[in-house]
Amino acid sequence: MSAVTMTPGHRGMLLEEALIFEQDSPGAAAVDLPEPDELPDRLGGLERQGPIGLPDLAEPTVVRHYTRLSQKNFGIDSVFYPLGSCTMKHNPRLNEKMARLPGLADIHPFQPQSTVQGALALIDACAHWLKTLTGMPAVAMSPAAGAHGEFCGLMAIRAALDRRAEQTGEVERRRVLVPESAHGTNPASAAACGFTVDPVPANARGRVDLAALKAKLGPDVAAFMLTNPNTCGLFENEILDIAAAVHDAGAFFYCDGANFNAIVGRVRPGDLGIDVMHINLHKTFSTPHGGGGPGAGPTVLSAALAPFAPLPVVIHDASGFRLIEHAHDPAARVVDAHPVGRLKGYHGQFGTFVRALTYMMSMGADGLRQASSDAVLAANYILASLSPDLTAPFPGPCMHEALFDDRFLRDTGVSTLDVAKALLDEGFHPMTMYFPLVVSGALLIEPTETESKATLDRFIGTLKGLAAKAKASGAAEAFHAAPQLTPRRRLDETAAARNPVLRWRPEPEKKAAE
Amino acid sequence: MAEVYFTKEHEWIAVSGGEATVGITAYAQEHLGDLVYVEPPEVGKTLAQGKEAAVVESVKAASDVYSPVSGEVTAINKSVVDQPGLVNESPEDKGWLYRLKLSSPDELKALMDRAAYDAFCATL
Amino acid sequence: MRYLPLTDTDRRAMLDVIGAKTVDDLFVDVPHAARRSDPVDLPHHAGELEVERRISAFATQNVAAGSVPFFLGAGNYRHHIPASVDALIQRGEFLTSYTPYQPEVSQGTLQMLFEFQTQVALLTGMEIANASMYDGATACAEAAAMACRITKRPHVLISGGVHPHYRSVTATTLQYTGHDVELLSPDPIGIEDLMGRIDSDTACVIVQNPGFFGGVRDLAPLASFCRREGALLIVAVAEPVSLGLIQPPGAMDADIVVAEGQSLGVGLSFGGPGLGLFATREKYLRQMPGRLAGQTRDVDGRRGWVLTLSTREQHIRREKATSNICTNSGLCALAFSIHLTLLGETGLKTLARINHMNAVKLASKLTRIKGVRLQSQSFFNEFAITLPKPAAEVVDRLAARKILAGVPASRFYPDYEELTELLLVTATETTTEADMDALVDALKEVL
Repeated sequence: MSAVTMTPGHRGMLLEEALIFEQDSPGAAAVDLPEPDELPDRLGGLERQGPIGLPDLAEPTVVRHYTRLSQKNFGIDSVFYPLGSCTMKHNPRLNEKMARLPGLADIHPFQPQSTVQGALALIDACAHWLKTLTGMPAVAMSPAAGAHGEFCGLMAIRAALDRRAEQTGEVERRRVLVPESAHGTNPASAAACGFTVDPVPANARGRVDLAALKAKLGPDVAAFMLTNPNTCGLFENEILDIAAAVHDAGAFFYCDGANFNAIVGRVRPGDLGIDVMHINLHKTFSTPHGGGGPGAGPTVLSAALAPFAPLPVVIHDASGFRLIEHAHDPAARVVDAHPVGRLKGYHGQFGTFVRALTYMMSMGADGLRQASSDAVLAANYILASLSPDLTAPFPGPCMHEALFDDRFLRDTGVSTLDVAKALLDEGFHPMTMYFPLVVSGALLIEPTETESKATLDRFIGTLKGLAAKAKASGAAEAFHAAPQLTPRRRLDETAAARNPVLRWRPEPEKKAAE
Repeated sequence: MAEVYFTKEHEWIAVSGGEATVGITAYAQEHLGDLVYVEPPEVGKTLAQGKEAAVVESVKAASDVYSPVSGEVTAINKSVVDQPGLVNESPEDKGWLYRLKLSSPDELKALMDRAAYDAFCATL
Repeated sequence: MRYLPLTDTDRRAMLDVIGAKTVDDLFVDVPHAARRSDPVDLPHHAGELEVERRISAFATQNVAAGSVPFFLGAGNYRHHIPASVDALIQRGEFLTSYTPYQPEVSQGTLQMLFEFQTQVALLTGMEIANASMYDGATACAEAAAMACRITKRPHVLISGGVHPHYRSVTATTLQYTGHDVELLSPDPIGIEDLMGRIDSDTACVIVQNPGFFGGVRDLAPLASFCRREGALLIVAVAEPVSLGLIQPPGAMDADIVVAEGQSLGVGLSFGGPGLGLFATREKYLRQMPGRLAGQTRDVDGRRGWVLTLSTREQHIRREKATSNICTNSGLCALAFSIHLTLLGETGLKTLARINHMNAVKLASKLTRIKGVRLQSQSFFNEFAITLPKPAAEVVDRLAARKILAGVPASRFYPDYEELTELLLVTATETTTEADMDALVDALKEVL
């Protein structure tokens, strides 16, 4: 069905692997530890009683276990992974090597600051790159992930508004406007900051309906949250008018920077009128996704919001770099800091900063601009190549991801999900499905700049083949039976949710529970 | 014989005397897919018309059930808590969610009868 | 540029298919005023060797813990990590995969998370655990919010023996949610009265075990008091290795356990990333934040795993979600899980005992120094001592002698004069007798 025959190839090596608990071999050991000293203990009589229940295994067994598990995963290293909105770009190994330098990996967050000047300088350097690339004057480095960055930005907005209300006596602003197409984290973060959420509809071009937005703006609106480029993969071309309208209403303009990778080096969010934006270092700046984290969500802030950045704040004075770790640190007054508090333990996702800075230095200003150019080029290539076969809800050009809906599958008996599952058999990770919610049966394809034209062509050929097959009569059954070649086939998610089994239990306990 | 009414949010309400039984419609369960979780209101709770009364969840969606009318909850269907699939199998009978004592029977006037509801679904 | 496979020939061919003259034509939606034709004012791209030089220059300005006698803890612990942990987490299929949205090709990550959830439940003595949070401090804040949801009460009471960052993160996170967070004064010797402050508004009491200042406490009486008053008991654990030797919170009837998992598998890394462990009772499952892997079967009847109960989460529930958290700390959870698997039942217990015995030995050496007093009646691998001089000053002087002596309490509590002379000192399996003697000798000289 595709131009090039795909052979998943490793199927013959895919081996069943039991749980570690089922491989327990009491007496086996994967570590050789010395005998502990026999001194009187100081545990206050609270020594643990009885077994913990952990299995004993020797090192070869453990290594084989995790190696076999890894072989059941798709990763960017092995396959094209065009998961829209997630930016699955190549993760350079140099980043990993640098993060493991003993001078960066083996330092403690509470060492005397004189002994970690290099670490503080590195955070400051990473911050400098992020501020320069976004054209923003300040950045809060501590948020642990994108959603955490949203929370940080909204906290700063709330603190700034509270302060303004104290000074001017204006009414409380407790409403946050969020487009219907937004990531679910946006409304969830707003709710966590005590705001109510009011959805804003999209127009027929997949952008914010400016008139509807203006109608919803009012003296009680704290902020408008917008992803730009948006979750349909489109640049909000009226963004300057949006910013002006939001600011005229006295509200702040929050930008979800999840898609900053589309414009980095070409457009500075600071030039678009935004007040605050989080940056997902694991997307734009190539730090590994790691099966779901850890991420990092540094949040750039306008001058008006900068004083409210959470602790800690890195400053530089005559004696070198140092951390402000308390709101009442005298240095906080000098730099006009009124932190909202602390959002995370220690000093942020330092290991992720090392990786991101390594990547930024590798790419440079010119390389980052080329990366966003290539990412947008690749997405438009997919959009143009597949538009005759699939259905695109909005006219192009797109930015870094190409959105299709499921109209091309109408009356075929084949769903977006079925197409995704069929792609697995072809050796591709599927695109994002059913997001954004504003189009029916969404297929959101984000190729990224780190794929070759040959890979893109193979993917396009495969998807064309699947679309043709779906439209032919009698194909639905084959789609419903996909995937065939994966370590597991379709899994029963309904059963998993109706009777949650969230941990292993030994047999006697299991029987007792039944 | 109970009078059955419907809402635009796809709840049904069967009224008999001053009491009524509430559930979600066949159309609603079909669109939600296999239900995996049902959270009915607490017995004794006072519900307001159009406000959240219960939650039904499938694997991929969570949906609030809004009370078609105001009143006090008198009973809940424990069977659907144990077996959410009952709502899929028998949405307008064995898969009922809760019973309530009506406090403002006039509110029923704003609801649809079956013919109107079927016509409404046809437009969706 | 080494990460960009497209050639100029490719780009030209692709533009032709699109029907665009240049890439700039694809950016037509960007307002003219915001388009930049020149690259921003930052260095240009560089080869691996050059980047290694520049990053290494930062590294060499730091004193690595492994290069000197080292006694720091305070929530971040230095343990020996077996070599296979790093080798395995760097397998591309783990490192470069994402959230297991497609379970058919993510069984590796999902099975690992299921094993991780089981390990965390066993370690904490709780019924269920999630697939991890950002870190111990944010997990603590999430637990407080969860307790408020469950009890429908507004008041969160946090012991003075809880890690100061857990305290401030919880207070910050809940400040706009209509809940009030009461932070009791720092409590180095465990004399605060928690029970006397619990009333019908109390959603939860948060304590830490072993405490931030070292003490190990029997929490069972507090747990039963909480239960009587309708409040939940949340227990924070900053050093999970301790659970190999001391009673787990579950055995003392805790309702929610949160922990920092960093000390197994993850390394110091200047405090981040780490991973938050989160465990609770089965009956609170639907109020629990964060991802969950669950067991099921595929169409062929084979056992497998999926992400489950997602309706609690933000991508479905949006503003009504249990939390705004989207990611977990996947790769750190993997490192934690592998390290714990390598240790096993026997290894973890032995490792914990070695830690404790080294701490006992160090405490006895230190208290033989004139003017040094042990504050912690009980402890695991970290304890508080008072010095005859301000601890921060002493630590700085010892750092000048290439000894990282511990964490002064004043770093967290600069306004509490009574804590000025308090120093937190940790010994793990990495601490040698020679390290201990070096600290003792140097302390004698500076005191």
